[in-house]
Amino acid sequence: MKRVRIVFSGSGGQGVITAAIILAEAAVIYAGKNAVQSQSYGAAARGGATRSDIIISNNDIHFPGVIQPNVLVCLTQEAYNLYSPIIRPGGTLLTDSRYVKTTRNVDARQTELPMYDTVMEQIGKPIVFNICVLGALIGSTELLRPGALIKAVADRVPKNFLELNTKAFDLGLSLAQDNL
Amino acid sequence: MKNKIKFIQGNEACVEGALYAGIDFFAGYPITPSTEIMEHLARRLPERGGKFIQMEDEIASMCAIIGASLTGRKSMTATSGPGFSLKQEAIGYACMTEIPCVIANVQRGGPSTGNPTHVSQGDVNQARWGTHGDHSIIALTASNHQDVFAMTVDAFNLAETYRTPVILLLDEAVGHMREKLIVPEEGELEIVDRLRTALGRDVDYHPYLPREDGRLPMSDFGGEHRFNVTGLFHDMWGFPSNNPKVINELLRHLVDKIENNVQAITRYKEHCLDDAEYILVSYGSSARSAIHLAKSRRNRGEKIGVLELQSLWPFPTELVREKCSNAKAVLVVEMNMGQVLAQVKAAVEKPDRVFLANRIDGKLITPSDIKKLLRVIQGRGV
Repeated sequence: MKRVRIVFSGSGGQGVITAAIILAEAAVIYAGKNAVQSQSYGAAARGGATRSDIIISNNDIHFPGVIQPNVLVCLTQEAYNLYSPIIRPGGTLLTDSRYVKTTRNVDARQTELPMYDTVMEQIGKPIVFNICVLGALIGSTELLRPGALIKAVADRVPKNFLELNTKAFDLGLSLAQDNL
Repeated sequence: MKNKIKFIQGNEACVEGALYAGIDFFAGYPITPSTEIMEHLARRLPERGGKFIQMEDEIASMCAIIGASLTGRKSMTATSGPGFSLKQEAIGYACMTEIPCVIANVQRGGPSTGNPTHVSQGDVNQARWGTHGDHSIIALTASNHQDVFAMTVDAFNLAETYRTPVILLLDEAVGHMREKLIVPEEGELEIVDRLRTALGRDVDYHPYLPREDGRLPMSDFGGEHRFNVTGLFHDMWGFPSNNPKVINELLRHLVDKIENNVQAITRYKEHCLDDAEYILVSYGSSARSAIHLAKSRRNRGEKIGVLELQSLWPFPTELVREKCSNAKAVLVVEMNMGQVLAQVKAAVEKPDRVFLANRIDGKLITPSDIKKLLRVIQGRGV
């Protein structure tokens, strides 16, 4: 596996940071890889643009920041406007079609999926939106095996909510696979 | 094995290291970006019979760990920014009374309340000279979680070995970043326990009378022996003294016990350093960028190496001189206005070939920040 640099972006409260942590944790604990995850701290936890950088690699990772992501996830228009220009040519851009209207022609594989709307229709709870995004990310990039992600989700969420989260993950996974 | 692999923040790696080293007591007052250290110890310490106290402020926290350590408990506090300033007077008390303790300072931007949520390495000199009066101190630092763990264990060990406060000088980037930590098995890392006096209850115990090897065995305060402890210059019984001979000998002892052991205390790592023409001297999170640059340029045949310092005080002057002796130029990579730079310049034979690659805007210095400066020094333009 080559080094993958990922940026998760959105707004505070969408679970962007949590999703980033789960992805990196799955890579380290359940896929035997190295990963670093960092984030911008500040008022973003209470709304406003938020960003988390992840690097996954089989080798040592030193500088933890991402300058040019191979994979960019944007969950708000603001995040898309801010970060879509920095994507690495040929990378993958995943956006939610309810929140983001893609306006640019970036040299990337653009994947627009109705993740939020699907979660609301099928589950009705916005709290698992971020896990659906993770499913869609895995479905469209095959970064890690889905099983590794599910295990990492199970480590983080209370038992009673595991089924809900697994369902959201599967929704995202199939949204992405149907889109391929 | 699986539960030995963790994916956690640097602050949590510090907690794991403290637990491994045998911490019994933590007192603190929360402050960004060090808060996670106390947050996690608040849960973990009581689970194994330790004591955790959230004090009313940083001054009281520092005093509490000194008191706890005096009674025989391995003690630690954690802080950042202005909290580190508040602890300085009591750190001096711990130096003077020779009470082992560990102070983690997860650095943020300063002075004053400064830049709480962003990275800086501006407290290097404060770690050395923050408290007044001549004294010596040990300060350790780390650039990744495995080393944060190891340096935390070392901090406790050195505190006991030299009966001194040890500053664990972390920074926001490493403290908040998440990465892998493999918790070593029990026995894998050495743990130094307190040297206690073998004297019985009825024998006179002199708390400040060195043994032949210069070390001072301790007696748990409130236990077998009665003795005095004071921040004033004191004699072998621990009673205040203004006898010039006593003052002279005690102050020299406080400095010499550390400065005469620089080699034993020095911790460092080399990255691509053999035959390096350009040497980056760095530490903490900025070392990550230095290593990144050195490794990527090595792949293109450029001879760039990194000397990563893990102990900043006492400063490893001899080591830096020796490692940099053949370098065409030395770049000190740090996130302040040149605090380690001054030490490196004083250490090497050609101080005019030592340059500063810094960043002080709250952003982690990047490999390309360093590369630009290096190109200028190499005469290759930006």
